[in-house]
Amino acid sequence: MSKKTTATADKKAAPAPSVSDFAQAPINAGLSREAKIELHRKMVRIRRFEERSLRSYQAKKIGGFLHLYIGQEAVAVGCCSLMGPNDHVITAYRDHGHAIAVGMDTKPLMAELYGKATGCSKGKGGSMHYFDPTRNFWGGHGIVGGQIPLGTGLAYGIKYKGLKGAAMAFMGDGAVNQGAVHEAYNLASLWNLPVVFVIENNGYSMGTSQARSSAGELAQRAAGYDMEWGQCNGHDVYEVRATMDKFLTLAREKNRPSTVEIDTYRYRGHSVADPDNTYRSKQEIEEYRKTKDPIQVFQQKLLTEGVLTEALIEQIDAEARAEADNTADFAEASPFPTPDDIQKDVYWESDNPAERKSQGRLFFD
Amino acid sequence: MPLITYREAVRHALAEELERDKNVVVMGEEVAQFNGAYKVTEGLLAKFGPDRIVDTPISEAGFIGMGIGASMLGVRPVMELMFWSFYSVAFDQILNNAANVRYMSGGQINCPIVIRGPANGGTNVGATHSHTPENVLANHPGVKVVVPATAYDAKGLLKSAIRDNDPVFFLENTMLYGEKGEVPTEEYVIPLGKADVKREGSDLTIVTYGRCVHHSLAAAAILEKEHDISVEIVDLRTIRPLDIDTVLASVAKTHRVLIVEEQKPFASVGSQLAYMIQREAFDELDGPIHRLATVDAPAIYSPPVEIEQLPNPQRVLKAALEAVG
Ligand SMILES: Cc1ncc(C[n+]2csc(CCOP(=O)(O)OP(=O)(O)O)c2C)c(N)n1
Ligand SMILES: [Mg+2]
Repeated sequence: MSKKTTATADKKAAPAPSVSDFAQAPINAGLSREAKIELHRKMVRIRRFEERSLRSYQAKKIGGFLHLYIGQEAVAVGCCSLMGPNDHVITAYRDHGHAIAVGMDTKPLMAELYGKATGCSKGKGGSMHYFDPTRNFWGGHGIVGGQIPLGTGLAYGIKYKGLKGAAMAFMGDGAVNQGAVHEAYNLASLWNLPVVFVIENNGYSMGTSQARSSAGELAQRAAGYDMEWGQCNGHDVYEVRATMDKFLTLAREKNRPSTVEIDTYRYRGHSVADPDNTYRSKQEIEEYRKTKDPIQVFQQKLLTEGVLTEALIEQIDAEARAEADNTADFAEASPFPTPDDIQKDVYWESDNPAERKSQGRLFFD
Repeated sequence: MPLITYREAVRHALAEELERDKNVVVMGEEVAQFNGAYKVTEGLLAKFGPDRIVDTPISEAGFIGMGIGASMLGVRPVMELMFWSFYSVAFDQILNNAANVRYMSGGQINCPIVIRGPANGGTNVGATHSHTPENVLANHPGVKVVVPATAYDAKGLLKSAIRDNDPVFFLENTMLYGEKGEVPTEEYVIPLGKADVKREGSDLTIVTYGRCVHHSLAAAAILEKEHDISVEIVDLRTIRPLDIDTVLASVAKTHRVLIVEEQKPFASVGSQLAYMIQREAFDELDGPIHRLATVDAPAIYSPPVEIEQLPNPQRVLKAALEAVG
């Protein structure tokens, strides 16, 4: 889904698929009413969480960067809804959506933003560094492209242990130009590793459009590594699931890696520090909001299918807003880590002194 | 005790740990079919097969990052860097990902990886291939750094490194691979973070590690014989964790200190040592702490001059005489 036009709108981005096609893909046709509602609910919960975190940021409760996922919800929710017990996820710094999609509780997520001890990383990681290995979620990584070799290693680990699973390694459209990504592509293909590289193409890496940063089609680069690749519209959660299911199956069944480029869009600036007035037009954002908003698109489908009702939509939204407010209350009421916590969680050995085998000083002053 | 080379000692440690734990895999450029660029891994492919001994493409960021990811899932990769000098192309993986992932996850994720390979000058391969990054590595909390000087230490320390649940960076030395030392046939491990007094003495403490241990031992013999100076040599063996107590005990005995290191002087391992010694044993010192390091320039190619750029027995001798002077 090349977004090759520069700053101003790319009106012919994704060809609109016929609604019924992807809904009837086997992976979607088999979904229960509850499962469909859950997909919708997750997207709404992400959106409300992100909006709430923005308010907290504006109220100066949150430090550093805050990269919001608003507009991209169908990607993380669609992909992560396909996870089995041996499937794993790793992503970049725009990680709140994935964390919620894999099932993390939102309270510790907000608390992490507030830098509180009750945060999912005990206030040590911040917005860009969420982790939950118990849910096969391996972060949350701040260096563009740096997580992609790690995701390849997760796939290596799955295969080495003889498990049937796949790793999904997410990155942005800007990350495809990092050398580490290409090294990982080569290794994954050469060694038949069960990994799906997912490019969330939101058209921009910070303030630089795809046209100004990348030569050629992004997903197609995988062909140079003899890897399967695909593209899909990421505004429709059904399409995301139908496409990813194919590539995840290829990974799980045949240990073959692939690259999938998912066309998406972020409504907010790159981070909250981005005034968003240099590289794209307000009309472009409005156009996406009006015609391709993943929550609206799916909601409409579920209304047509008779799965959702206006009343249920209201209820889900009200619950998501209340949940988001509760997370902020929880974060607010939680304690900060203490200075004593600074040197905890550095070494496994210093955290497990009874089992320590090494000697000598681990810390210096 | 049998005499074996430092190279064989490393190999035996790898073989024993591969035997002991199915999660251990050895990976790197030319480690399998080619039997290792420096023949450290010779014979391991034949013994353990291609699933355990894995040849990688020339792709340090890719395969080291991959090893880090696999270690998060409980694989215990022992990655060979053909030269530690090539760590620069994998810097982000080594020092952002391996070093930080435990911390940033609030202690939820371990990274039990070992990265090993030679890190030394003295082989006339020029500045790009002669880096000694132990100071750079040890500057990162979360990692452990080991620099063994003898066959015995190399084997015992590598076994501990492989069993360690934190990332351990193991810096060998091509100039030492052929050096023989006594290594027992029965199994042993040496804990990380334990220095070893390689020579007892009373007039001067030389704190050193790696190949400089041998230079210091050679200089100490001359100092004893020709100058009646008794030198104690403390081999750190591990840079982080650091056994400063053994250093301080020696300082309390000799009251004079010379640090000898194959490091560029600025912000070196010796800089940290000098700070700690003056801070913690100021009253024990009868004179300023001296240091002998690599002459501060990129590694020169010219073979006879490279010998002079690095610490060597003659330079140690001269520095020791100044230190007791
Ligand atoms: C190696 C590196 N270079 C630069 C940055 C600063 N930076 C952070 S995000 C970003 C843009 C990345 O865009 P993309 O990959 O498209 O992801 P998106 O933000 O759109 O999700 C930049 C330049 C960084 N974090 N890491
Ligand atoms: Mg982008």
